[in-house]
Amino acid sequence: MITSKTEIVIGRVLLALAVVLTLIPLVNMLSAALQPADRNPAGLTWPTDPQWGNFVEAFEVGNVWRLMGSSAFIVVCVVPIALLIATLAGYALGGLRIRGARAVLVLFVVGLTIPFESLIIPLYYQAQGLGTLNTQWAVIFPLIGLFMPFSVFWMRAHFVNVPRELSEAARVDGATMWQEFVRIQLPLALPAISALTILLFIWTWNQFLLPVVLIADPLDRTVAGALTFFQGQYYLSIPLLNAGALIIIIPAIIVFLIFQRQFIRALLQGAVKG
Amino acid sequence: MTTTSTSSAPRRAAARAAARRADLAGWLLVLPALAAYGTFVIYPLATGIQFSFYDWNGIGAATWVGLENYITVLTNPDLLGAIRNSFVLVAFFTIIPVGTGLVLATLIRTMRDGAALRAAQTVLFLPQIIPLAAAGIAWSWMYAQTGAVNQILNAIGLGFLARPWLADYATALPAVGLIGSWVLTGLCTVLLLTGIGKIDVSLYEAIRLDGAGWFREFITITLPGLRQELAVLVTLTMIAALSTFDIIYISTQGGPGRATLVPGLLIFRIGFTQSDVGLASAFGIVMMVLVLALVLPIQRLARIGDR
Repeated sequence: MITSKTEIVIGRVLLALAVVLTLIPLVNMLSAALQPADRNPAGLTWPTDPQWGNFVEAFEVGNVWRLMGSSAFIVVCVVPIALLIATLAGYALGGLRIRGARAVLVLFVVGLTIPFESLIIPLYYQAQGLGTLNTQWAVIFPLIGLFMPFSVFWMRAHFVNVPRELSEAARVDGATMWQEFVRIQLPLALPAISALTILLFIWTWNQFLLPVVLIADPLDRTVAGALTFFQGQYYLSIPLLNAGALIIIIPAIIVFLIFQRQFIRALLQGAVKG
Repeated sequence: MTTTSTSSAPRRAAARAAARRADLAGWLLVLPALAAYGTFVIYPLATGIQFSFYDWNGIGAATWVGLENYITVLTNPDLLGAIRNSFVLVAFFTIIPVGTGLVLATLIRTMRDGAALRAAQTVLFLPQIIPLAAAGIAWSWMYAQTGAVNQILNAIGLGFLARPWLADYATALPAVGLIGSWVLTGLCTVLLLTGIGKIDVSLYEAIRLDGAGWFREFITITLPGLRQELAVLVTLTMIAALSTFDIIYISTQGGPGRATLVPGLLIFRIGFTQSDVGLASAFGIVMMVLVLALVLPIQRLARIGDR
């Protein structure tokens, strides 16, 4: 391959610059979090005497256990249900190719571009009517519905590419539709399902608008939605605010570092398919 | 001969019956997803459209006002200002990240897929993992009077530029926009790099042998090869720009004054603080139509290019 030397050098320098610019705000949070809690820190300076105790204090003041529990509860309700019903629908639309599948698909695809903000007012009054307002269910139910366009589209894209011969062979062997789905289709769909799991987890965990609007008590929200509560709680202490925010983003970053290959692949595929 | 022809008719009938059964079973499988979608997306959308024709404070009786709310959305300077701000944000959410991603991906496309590149990808992806609200907190602190941005400016002799970036009328909107650039540039770079990797290397070799410079190479090979990825990224980042909420809510609350007011925040305020449910709903519908009007042509362009 013929490439000029300067191009390679410029490319690497720019890449290094992009990496540094990405890291600065995060490192800056850490350096601020380690400053004495009662003083206003000055910019990006590593503290002479790091106050790791700030994290302990932020953890307690911020009720982080309760917040994590609330977030986990919302994730555990939203993700499995969304996965299950989207997989079934995706199989019907992509694998079984039922009559009317096209119209149903178009209906779902239209939903891909609706901003959550456009629905937030009616969702509030709907939750009020259902009596779920200010409970986690006010976020759980709508999120399942709001995730359907992407999830169904995603699972259908997988099933539509499974060779038809496979299901015909299973039928000839006398398998019922259900047996075929569970023994043949589901195992083949596992990569698509696990990528979708990652995406739905991130989108639920980081969901902000719905919890902020639909749940008045910040402690019943997702961790992302509770960041507003942190802002109020640590209004006078930049170190504690940064410590609290770091505590909240660290679990997602750890999960990301463990599954980063799958994460990046899922997000890239998710972007292209979406 | 005769036996096969007589047996094929019942077989066909049996196949038709099986197809009908499959149809029925298939519809049963679609039903839960359709119900969730219908109840929590289509139904709210319909009520939103209904609300938008009424004057309602959320509690008392509602009065039919026809198109009045829509007229307000399209004439009130505050609301138009919010829409204008969200278009300014497109420059920061779409043009900067996609442009930077293109330049970076083009320059490092020949880089070996080694540990360094993979580590860089991991870091560039971090902003995708953390909540936008956390990015807002991190950057509010960066932009503060005593924050890192001013500190760096002072260090390189540009101290006269130092200011509280988010509190200054002139700089608040671009400063908020750059938070979006920070979040999205990594995604654009990594996606475009993957896309460039799929372009046939021999095309590049051929055009270099032809004596073409980097610019012609970029225009004739890289850009057309990335058409699909570019369409996706422009769509995605434009939707993100027009529906910004988290970052603004955390960092500026729309201020100073109305300098960083965006439709998402205004819908929230009009609907819940000012309790003008009809106007907020109308604004929500206008916002949805705006997003559709911008996104559909891009999708169509990308499709035409495919043929």
